[in-house]
Amino acid sequence: MNTPNPMTPAERPAPIDKIALNPEIDDLNQQDYKWGFVTDIEQDSLPPGLNEDTVRFISAKKKEPEWLLEWRLKAFRHWLTMTEPTWALVDYPAIDYQAVSYFAAPKSDADKPQSLDEVDPELLATYEKLGIPLAERAALAGVAVDAVFDSVSVATTFKSKLGELGIVFCSFSEAVQEHPELVRKYLGSVVPQKDNFFAALNSAVFSDGSFVYIPKGVRCPMELSTYFRINAANTGQFERTLIVAEEGSHVSYLEGCTAPMRDENQLHAAVVELVALDDATIKYSTVQNWYPGDKNGVGGIYNFVTKRGACRGARSKISWTQVETGSAITWKYPSCVLQGDDSVGEFYSVALTNNWQQADTGTKMIHIGKNTRSTIISKGISAGHGQQTYRGSVRMLKGADGARNYSQCDSLLMGDQCGAHTFPYIDVKNPTAHLEHEASTSRIGEDQIFYLNQRGLSTEDAVNLIVNGFCKEVFRELPMEFAVEAQKLLSVSLEGAVG
Amino acid sequence: MSNDSDPLHNPLLSIREVHASAGGKAILKGLSLEVGPGEVHAIMGPNGSGKSTLARVLTGNENAEVTSGEVLYKGQDLFGLAPEERAREGLFLAFQYPVEIPGIANSTLLREGLNAMREHRGEPELDAIDFLEIAKAKADVLEMEPTMLSRAVNHGFSGGEKKRNEVLQMLVLEPTLAILDETDSGLDIDALQVVAKGVNALRDKGRSFIVITHYQRLLDYIVPDFVHVLANGRIVRSGDKDLALELEAKGYAWLEEGASA
Repeated sequence: MNTPNPMTPAERPAPIDKIALNPEIDDLNQQDYKWGFVTDIEQDSLPPGLNEDTVRFISAKKKEPEWLLEWRLKAFRHWLTMTEPTWALVDYPAIDYQAVSYFAAPKSDADKPQSLDEVDPELLATYEKLGIPLAERAALAGVAVDAVFDSVSVATTFKSKLGELGIVFCSFSEAVQEHPELVRKYLGSVVPQKDNFFAALNSAVFSDGSFVYIPKGVRCPMELSTYFRINAANTGQFERTLIVAEEGSHVSYLEGCTAPMRDENQLHAAVVELVALDDATIKYSTVQNWYPGDKNGVGGIYNFVTKRGACRGARSKISWTQVETGSAITWKYPSCVLQGDDSVGEFYSVALTNNWQQADTGTKMIHIGKNTRSTIISKGISAGHGQQTYRGSVRMLKGADGARNYSQCDSLLMGDQCGAHTFPYIDVKNPTAHLEHEASTSRIGEDQIFYLNQRGLSTEDAVNLIVNGFCKEVFRELPMEFAVEAQKLLSVSLEGAVG
Repeated sequence: MSNDSDPLHNPLLSIREVHASAGGKAILKGLSLEVGPGEVHAIMGPNGSGKSTLARVLTGNENAEVTSGEVLYKGQDLFGLAPEERAREGLFLAFQYPVEIPGIANSTLLREGLNAMREHRGEPELDAIDFLEIAKAKADVLEMEPTMLSRAVNHGFSGGEKKRNEVLQMLVLEPTLAILDETDSGLDIDALQVVAKGVNALRDKGRSFIVITHYQRLLDYIVPDFVHVLANGRIVRSGDKDLALELEAKGYAWLEEGASA
């Protein structure tokens, strides 16, 4: 395996200092239409292809204000000048961006499976193993039935309760219509349009996503979950999430779902931006289980995600917890920009690659403010022919007096066909900063399995016990219910990996 | 063999003419042994005679390959059972080299194991609180700190702690047939007495032991009903506890000559 190039300057969150001083809100001058508008916006989906008209079509479909269209176009024009990054340790055929369709309306009910009987039995078997309630199985499998209405009404109830506290939790499109001033103020302020190739693409063509706003001093009384929007319009492919936590507020957000989600779109490029002001805390938990391809590595989602949180205020805290078991290719580095003095960034990750999955994932902790602290706990599990890379960057800038980082990267291997790789990048410009890095690689040994067999455990239970033990530092960061699901998910994902 | 049909004389374990190899090399060469309920059998013998291979054959470790012969355990074909099925049927091995498993607490392993066996016997699972009470009482017998229960399985344990931990597992799992593979090696005399106390606490008329050891010393504390000498892959002599004393005095050489002839 060749050593990949280190992150190129373009891939690093380059304009950090600029972010710190001057949140990048692009020139919002209203501009005249310079480009003709040719696409018929009455049509429901676009043929494959990407040009400025595609961007205009999407924006028009969503009835977006002029400034947002210009914002998208600026991203698109910059994207045209960029090249796809190749430094990640993943291998996939070149993507033809002109062969992708960038807008498709949700399927009509007539096109959906009419009942669970029409759904792939293998998918249903997995739902069963994960213990997903019957009503939700239908929703997840995209069945056109009333079962999903339960979750809609639940969501509506929660929404009104949240509304009383001034909390906004809605789709991104809704936010653009109803809270344009907030969107305009924060969109792209953490992940600028030009940040990287995939972020630029997302900025140009993002379909929908989530928006959360927690007012000053409010502690969100429940976990916010995209699950409540499970039947919302097809948001998967180019999702855009923005969470803003005002001074002294607190929110825990759950993204994703343990159920395997089928999606016909192979290319996914999401952007998530988090902003925490003074004394605010954002906890962002993800369970990602997109279709990983079959046992022979055919199919599967390409997941190129840019997630970044800005701890803009003093004593603010952003915590990322992720359990990544899906996708054929994962390219993902949830990061924290620690601008406020005494701010805290955390990254807890379990990533699993089985069969032919490849993952290049990790985090970036950028220490700018004084006495900023960060913790990185990364647990990688490789089985089958899975290839996994931890890639992390810890930067302590000049002003980061007394900054501290602790990193721990552990890899667990099963079998002899898989691989684990670790690339920690460390850049310290302040002599008072303190940094610790620990790493380990271990293999589930046949002797360990036999020992547990001899105590009465089946091989499958033995593997699960070892894997859960390996991951427990991360699982305990997950909200209780999510942690239980995550354990089940790992065991289902590892079925047949040993023995 | 004619005793098979007579339930009164049915042995718990009947090893018949077993041949087995490890790493392509023949180790066991026609070993036969019968162990009745409640009996303690000591197996002694020089290095390389096949003692540990016997333990592997009985527990189903893939590192030992059975080439011929059969073993009946509780009247059923032992080789037809997977390692975990043998364990659930009450076959226990105290490992010569206990395996370290970071990340899994000792108590978790014990509870999972015990519940797997209870489930096999059709008994309800023990909850964490009931289990912990049992485990703490057993640890007490072995003069182990209760904190040992929350440590990762054998991880960072001293040699003596590992051996004691094997015996703790045996006390909790209460096997029908326990094989102790050189459990005494690496133990000082105090630890040896503690371990023997644990084994003796389990002895009863329904439970049998195969004690593999190099040293007569252990047998002062765990007094066997039978002593067998294993040499060159076969049992070359059997006797009572006095045979162990004789071996201590004379060594194995006089028996080995006979075995290889």
